[in-house]
Amino acid sequence: MRFCHMILRAGIALGSITAAHDVVADATILNVSYDVSRELYKDINPAFVAEWKTQTGEQLTINQSHGGSSKQALSVVNGLEADVVTMNQAPDIDILASRANLVSADWSKRFPHDATPYTTTSVFLVRKGNPKGIKDWNDLARPGIQVIVPNPKTSGNGRYTYLAAWGYALTKNAGSDAAARDFVSKLFANVPVLDGGGRGATTTFTQRGVGDVLATFENEAILIEREVGADKFDIVYPPLSIEAAAPVAVVDKVVDKRGTRKQAEAYLRFLFSPPGQDIIARHHFRPRDAAVFKKYAGGFPAIKTFTVHEQLGGWAKVQKEHFADDGILDQIMVRR
Amino acid sequence: MNRATTYRVLPGFGLSLGYTLAYLSLIVLIPLAAVFLKTFSLSFEQFWAAISAPRVVASYKLSFGASLLAAAINTVFGMMLAWALVRYTFPGKRIVDALVDLPFALPTAVAGIALTALYAPNGWLGQILEPLGIKVAFTPLGVLVALIFIGLPFVVRTVQPVLADLETELEEAAASLGAQRWQTFRLVILPILLPALLTGFALAFARAVGEYGSVIFIAGNIPMVSEITPLMIITKLEQYDYTGATAIACVMLLLSFALLLVINGLQAWTQKRGEKGS
Repeated sequence: MRFCHMILRAGIALGSITAAHDVVADATILNVSYDVSRELYKDINPAFVAEWKTQTGEQLTINQSHGGSSKQALSVVNGLEADVVTMNQAPDIDILASRANLVSADWSKRFPHDATPYTTTSVFLVRKGNPKGIKDWNDLARPGIQVIVPNPKTSGNGRYTYLAAWGYALTKNAGSDAAARDFVSKLFANVPVLDGGGRGATTTFTQRGVGDVLATFENEAILIEREVGADKFDIVYPPLSIEAAAPVAVVDKVVDKRGTRKQAEAYLRFLFSPPGQDIIARHHFRPRDAAVFKKYAGGFPAIKTFTVHEQLGGWAKVQKEHFADDGILDQIMVRR
Repeated sequence: MNRATTYRVLPGFGLSLGYTLAYLSLIVLIPLAAVFLKTFSLSFEQFWAAISAPRVVASYKLSFGASLLAAAINTVFGMMLAWALVRYTFPGKRIVDALVDLPFALPTAVAGIALTALYAPNGWLGQILEPLGIKVAFTPLGVLVALIFIGLPFVVRTVQPVLADLETELEEAAASLGAQRWQTFRLVILPILLPALLTGFALAFARAVGEYGSVIFIAGNIPMVSEITPLMIITKLEQYDYTGATAIACVMLLLSFALLLVINGLQAWTQKRGEKGS
């Protein structure tokens, strides 16, 4: 019985909100975030709570909720009272503005760098020694290569990989959309398993031993190399990739109702401050602060990146053309 | 119909019927009505486009095909299991009996992860099957395996009590009247078990059609190949397409309801035939 109980509890804990502190607090705020930012906010939160305490004397409690980025945004639209949202792609915050008016439409102007405290990029993780000789995006579209990517429809991680491949093909083919489509079709024809999120893809590649290459975020790749073993995997940086900027926003409607605007704004500002940026860099995300970046530059090999905005015409266009129902992604997947 | 046949010995018919209807409405009908209502906000063209997209149609085929097959396999092997549990005593019987219920109790995600680990190319069973050219994890076959796993207890638990009531004297009588073993099974035991087997089949099928958690880990979720219908619904939800999701849900509901109706009709028919025969 006790065993069953344990399994049950583990199951519940998977999707639940975990309180970071048991201390009786003057105020609480809830940060609704994406799947693989767990480890980052586990370090950010105590640091900010301490700073807030010395500044104002108020004991703050920060609760975290994690899950697939779009699913999390959906929960907030449906009434989960998030004071702040910290996502990995802009559409998941735009939806809060367009669907439910929870966030003002100019949310990206509220904080520096379009409200993105850090970036990461899509890189490759290959089996030790790189037996298939994978160096660049065109190697992923070669016949006989198995590529592990999470589903771009449901995962920000997969979405960035898809867009990185598309942008790469545009550069190589003088901006031809037809050539890009052909290239991305070939790449996705090499995908044997489509997981719903980034962590699922990691498990498929590292634990189940499926695939020759995992295309994922740089921070996730470094984490795998460190945690699972550098003797099993190598990280390969393609010469060109996409800049994946992680946006944050204060949920206006919720903070005004709960009276937590002050705390929520200070919390997000902390992410942009040098101490916050330092923690971010230690978790292998590329910080915006030049001095902090320099300090950790050894961990971030130089890589040429493009943004969704400059190479692909912005999120609204990409969303409509590629990821909407019957968009290019759907067409590619059906005709594999 | 005359008064004599409608006269009821047990009192409280009105009350219990009222209670039944109120309870069913609250728990089942109102939530389902909400699904249909939401769907009505679509025009017919939009509805048709949502439910007849090639990927969605491929998912119906997999979901309903694999569920029917899994239920059929469970009916055969579940009956054998129930037979062994009822008719024989052996050491550890109680443990085996308890094991049957495990798929009920286990969170489906745990089952899915365990099955995937087992059948993946580097898993215990996967590495034996892979050289033989049999791929289970991340293929439709994996979906079938997961559905068999979660459906098994339904057949065993519906057949078991009926078998327990079935007296061995009946088989002895058949044997003493010159019936062969196969004849005894086909003409004496099977007709009595059939209604229970059909109920078990229906339950296992219904459970399998709606299953999400365990399948999602082992399926590989490749469009047109190994996407189940519940995944299509979740995918639509994650893209904020509520009405598209409910449209597919409607189709699933109606198909499942129709199939269950047929199975229940069959069950009633076999029961009636069985009663007439004895």
